[in-house]
Amino acid sequence: MPIPRLIRLDDYTPALGEPEVAELRTLASRLQMRTVQMVNSTAVGGGVAEMLNRIIPILQELGLAIRWEVITGGNDFYEITKAFHNALHGGPYSMPTGSFDTFLAYNEQNLRRLQMEAEFVVIHDPQPVALIRGRQEHSGHWIWRCHIDLSQPNLTVWGFLEPWVDQYDGAIFSSPEFARHLPIPQYLFYPSIDPLSEKNRELEPGVVKDILEGFSIDPARPILTQISRFDRLKDPLGVVKAFQIVKRYFDCQLVLAGGGASDDPEGEAVLAEVREAVGNDPDVHILNLPPWSNTEINALQRGSTIVIQKSLREGFGLTVTEALWKSKPVVASAVGGIPLQVIHKHTGLLAHSVEGAAYQIRFLLSNPAIAAKLGQQGHSYVREHFLITSSAKRYLTLFLHLSGAS
Amino acid sequence: MKRAEQPFQFKTASYLTRIGKETATTLAQLKQGLETCSDTSIFNHTFQTLSHHHFLTQGFSNDFAQWVLAACNRPELAEQLASLDIRDYLSLAELRTDLKRLVSEYCEQNPQHAEQSAFEPFFFYEAIAVEVPLGIETWTLEEFRNSLERLSHASFHFHFIASRLRLQLRTNDFSYWLENSLDLGTLARRVNRIDIYTNTLEGALKRIVSLVEGEFNS
Repeated sequence: MPIPRLIRLDDYTPALGEPEVAELRTLASRLQMRTVQMVNSTAVGGGVAEMLNRIIPILQELGLAIRWEVITGGNDFYEITKAFHNALHGGPYSMPTGSFDTFLAYNEQNLRRLQMEAEFVVIHDPQPVALIRGRQEHSGHWIWRCHIDLSQPNLTVWGFLEPWVDQYDGAIFSSPEFARHLPIPQYLFYPSIDPLSEKNRELEPGVVKDILEGFSIDPARPILTQISRFDRLKDPLGVVKAFQIVKRYFDCQLVLAGGGASDDPEGEAVLAEVREAVGNDPDVHILNLPPWSNTEINALQRGSTIVIQKSLREGFGLTVTEALWKSKPVVASAVGGIPLQVIHKHTGLLAHSVEGAAYQIRFLLSNPAIAAKLGQQGHSYVREHFLITSSAKRYLTLFLHLSGAS
Repeated sequence: MKRAEQPFQFKTASYLTRIGKETATTLAQLKQGLETCSDTSIFNHTFQTLSHHHFLTQGFSNDFAQWVLAACNRPELAEQLASLDIRDYLSLAELRTDLKRLVSEYCEQNPQHAEQSAFEPFFFYEAIAVEVPLGIETWTLEEFRNSLERLSHASFHFHFIASRLRLQLRTNDFSYWLENSLDLGTLARRVNRIDIYTNTLEGALKRIVSLVEGEFNS
């Protein structure tokens, strides 16, 4: 099925239903030509840019006068913001003295370049956070959208950023676990997937079969799949152990597919450990995929009998969202954003150990009707909460709330 | 066909989720959170969650019951919490009182479980509503039936489930209008009897359409 060149709101109707698309238009009818600026630090690459690339055309089509601004900076700025990013995830921070001043100088430079005069300003992540210093008194509504996990930040970096964040009218987090105690209102916006993207669009069964066979995977036997970078936090060795338990009871295959092993020394080491643990088992398929393998990932998920996400730590876990959207039964660890998506025994099964994951997989393989029902309910849950259109609806609701419509 | 004196005006409500101050990692903390959380939080985890999870027709009643079952592994308390039917409540204060009472009694009777750590925390959220008219109004039963099929889940939930808090009556917007504007008391009562815990929102909506069509045929 070819991807439409220009995706229109109506293209989402088959997935959402006409009333839901009409509701987006109703909400937007009160925001016609109201100005919005979304600001982040990159136009391409990374999840935030990918999301903005999808959501901004939707909000434009709905009648909002929305602009996307990308801040600029030298290498020194991006080195500092990368160090901030790692530190906010709990890592150490060891940048030279003066880095904070450099960060603020670049924000100041961008402030002079950009005209921040929209009614609603949404600043994404820490890089442009200090743009708020240019806010005129009582002008516009400023919101900070944090896409990263701030549950255990390096306190030096957070101590520098927090006074800026506190000046906003509100902050948005992807999970309550990622949030901080702040003196401003904090809203919950789930990350989302685009059902029309290459990774999530419908595929013809023949395409799925061809891709599976291309990887020497037998479509006729049960397939257990984990899609993840080769990273210890994704516990690929735990997945292999769980598979080895399951295999005592069921003739099945395991697919471990992901990237990150070619440009990451730790990824290479993890991949080597996984290969060693697997030995010469022909039923385990380890696929180190390049970053442009969206169709392949789509097909692997669609061709799977069960999708596993046995992470030890996780962000929101969009690979789980993708699997649920494809109506797949999911067995996943109760970490990060996964319990927000996998409601135990309703939209999937949660596990807390290798043995637990193995047991849940065996249960689903023994009970295909239950597996199918979980998959179906998971699909419904994603349709209502984790699609790009749900994100658009949340922004519309936020803007209506901020402008006093609630 | 009778024409109503007042039209039925369809609206929808969209909700923002605000992260509340309270968090619970034990049943004792849940009890405390139930005492201090806002009314919008009680609404979110009981009334609104039926919209979030409406496609689940077995074993899901409200967020508190689900957490007690899945994260605390206390099925007996979960069953009691799940058995609270929001249709029995005309105010969030009454509902909060019963939720608090059940958790409190359980903690008193089972002190060994009150402080046990849950697998995952319970975060109290608040639901902030933004109401918007859909610009659809109906004067007759036929117009009403045709409009029902154009409703989103949120709009249906607004009129059929959340409405009783607004009306302060044990009914819903649809039944209220059918009875008071079209004198269709029997149909209104049938609509009001539809079980919202064992039907999806889509299923309940279809059931109402079917009841209205039955009225045409009678």
